[in-house]
Amino acid sequence: MKDTPLLTLKGTYKKFGGLSAVDNLSLKISEGYIYGLIGPNGAGKTTIFNLITGVYPCTSGSILLDDVDLTPLKPYRIARLGISRTFQTIRLFPSMSTWEHVLIGQNFLSRSRIGEIFPIRRTQGLALRAQAEEALRILGLWEVRDRKAVTLPYGSQRKVEIARAIAAQPKLLLLDEPSAGMNIRETEELLSVISKIHDLGITILVIEHDMRVVMGVCDHIVVLNFGRKIAEGTPMEIRQNEEVLEAYLGKEE
Amino acid sequence: MSSYQLDLFSSLGINILLALSVYCPMATGQLSIGNAGFMAIGAYVSAMLTVHVHLPLFPSLIIGGIAAAIIGVLFGFPALRLKGIFLAMATLCFGEIVRNFFMNFLQTLTGGAYGFRGIGDVPILISWIWGWVALSLVFFFFLSRSRLGLALMATHDDQTVSELIGINIVFLKVAAFGVGAFIGGVAGGLYAHYYLYIEPEFFNVWESIFIALYVIMGGMLTYWGPVLGASIFTLLPEFLRFLQDWRGAFFGVVIIGLMIARPSGLVTREILRIDFWIPYLKRRKP
Repeated sequence: MKDTPLLTLKGTYKKFGGLSAVDNLSLKISEGYIYGLIGPNGAGKTTIFNLITGVYPCTSGSILLDDVDLTPLKPYRIARLGISRTFQTIRLFPSMSTWEHVLIGQNFLSRSRIGEIFPIRRTQGLALRAQAEEALRILGLWEVRDRKAVTLPYGSQRKVEIARAIAAQPKLLLLDEPSAGMNIRETEELLSVISKIHDLGITILVIEHDMRVVMGVCDHIVVLNFGRKIAEGTPMEIRQNEEVLEAYLGKEE
Repeated sequence: MSSYQLDLFSSLGINILLALSVYCPMATGQLSIGNAGFMAIGAYVSAMLTVHVHLPLFPSLIIGGIAAAIIGVLFGFPALRLKGIFLAMATLCFGEIVRNFFMNFLQTLTGGAYGFRGIGDVPILISWIWGWVALSLVFFFFLSRSRLGLALMATHDDQTVSELIGINIVFLKVAAFGVGAFIGGVAGGLYAHYYLYIEPEFFNVWESIFIALYVIMGGMLTYWGPVLGASIFTLLPEFLRFLQDWRGAFFGVVIIGLMIARPSGLVTREILRIDFWIPYLKRRKP
């Protein structure tokens, strides 16, 4: 793999009371690849997302995006630096239409500050508008853009979350179990969506339980257990790793 | 217009402004039941300026509004740590602090509990009040269609997610508090110069609660909600005069009924859209 590190975790450590949710984790995410983050329940996967996006402060260690230390920054600053995410349980804005979700996803992209208080239709740059449209088309949501997002079917709601995230034109996209609750057809669609997003030049880190997704799209997989990295490598390597099988299936007596 | 009608429409205009002053922080999910405090600051500051400094009315109103906004922002920062019912309690206490301040301090200038007399060097017309209403509505019209308005709505819906998609929610919430306080302060200034007399008791908890109810009843997701809520609260009791002693009780029943029928307020975003009405219009046709 070519090595242009986009995101680097250096000895990242997170303690909740006496429990080490993330234990001295070091990780390098290189630009332009799709990474999978897997591990049994409670392994600390979502906690890592929360540390990267600034929801929780790190107990110790640092997280760098292009050599900028993210650990002292507030979540909105981190988002503006180019990290977008989705959530394990869908979190949409109940009062907003699908189209508005994409527009608000772009909230910090418009350069003009004065334009902020004028109607979007008039002042929004055509380029931004086109990008909002593209985000919806990639996810196949263009036809339902005027519907309230929370009234859409479950699979589509997940897609609205992804559309909102990519509308911000992130460098790094964090997907937290995007296939959770999706049926087989929706999962197939999701795979092609992830590839399309990747084609836009966005680096992706995805938490996933569905091995079809993990093995299907990821270039590189990181396996966690009890907050520690127990394995890292290509899908092929992970499939044959003893320790990974042990973590998932238990040790043979 | 008779002087009764004139008074009614003046207080309607002032109440709409007050409702908008609560709507503004409410649009970011913050319930304030202390806005009579901002109204009092605007009323007293502007009245002191016209009476003692002999400043013209317009700059006095603006300065009164700005004074309220500054206090609002100063109050907004610590209040940000509070949510829901705790924030409501804090705002309620704030309103009481302001009322007590004007009751006990600056008495030589404002008359304290005896009331502030002698406002009225400057005549005020109903058109002043409605001019400010119009100005505020234009502001909210632009805001509601802008990206900033969308950011307010996002903050109202889910603060955590809003922050994670790059919205500076601390700034937005404090700014919303400040703008709301400004509108409340201007409304207070207009009130003082229309009725030409104010006393601290005018700005008590009841006033604050009524203002908040305008918004809760009318609907807190669009700026038309507070307008309608204030109108109903101001005008309906007048239409119910024929009920005599039962007027207050009946009005209470109407409010409870409305809350049951439309828990998220009379005006929601849906009913402002044409497609909401299409099924109803179609049903009429055979």
